[in-house]
Amino acid sequence: MEVLFYIAATVTVLATLRVITHVHPVHALLYLVVALIALALIFYLLGAQFAAALEIIIYGGAIMVLFIFVVMLLGPLAAEQERTWLTPGAWLGPSILALVLLGEVGYLIAVGDHTALTVSEPRQKGISIALYGPYIIAVELASMLLLPGLIGAYHLGRRMSKESRSC
Amino acid sequence: MLSTPALVLAIVLFGLGLIGLLSRRNILYMLLSLEIMLNAAALAFIAGGARWGQVDGEIMFLFILTLAAAEVSVALGIVLQLSHRFRTVDADALCELRG
Repeated sequence: MEVLFYIAATVTVLATLRVITHVHPVHALLYLVVALIALALIFYLLGAQFAAALEIIIYGGAIMVLFIFVVMLLGPLAAEQERTWLTPGAWLGPSILALVLLGEVGYLIAVGDHTALTVSEPRQKGISIALYGPYIIAVELASMLLLPGLIGAYHLGRRMSKESRSC
Repeated sequence: MLSTPALVLAIVLFGLGLIGLLSRRNILYMLLSLEIMLNAAALAFIAGGARWGQVDGEIMFLFILTLAAAEVSVALGIVLQLSHRFRTVDADALCELRG
């Protein structure tokens, strides 16, 4: 488990380094997706399976799709990168890092001695009970945060007409 | 026990995100760096929860996830407005207040 953790940590740090040093937004997003998946594997190794699943579904799925939509919508500002998307340089690095992670997952499945790491029902039940017990105020606060987020995203995201742009 | 190296990894990731936030001027990369820093904080919470065997770490991860989703939707709306009005994604273009 230690070796798996250190490999995943190396993948995370390398991918993050490429995110903050890359000039093409789509390439940086690919590397960030790999970093998030590696982080999900680290969460799994730390025993937080629920968090690992959420990391992949929400971070690697939903939030990254939002970013990719915005990069597409930026249009001419990001259009000059379109020609380079299909070159091997775009996907070779993320693919190699993702293959390392795939090898780790395959090893985890093949070894089969991870009984201590299987999804423990009492732990998931404990999360649910704590979430709607002592943390109920925080859940309400999260809902109060998400509604202004929705309204703000709608307000900021619509395309302003010419006459309303002046105000 | 993996929580100590996980905390070190969280520190490294947070530092990388901070460096990216301070060094890049493209607002999209600044948002990506913010996501990296939020992830580092989440990793610290998960490591703490794993260290003490409590579920609070994962619950704080849920809230960080909610915060990141709300933040990123609003911030990407701001990026779109910026690109429509100023035809740039450079954060330094917003200097009308002379800040």
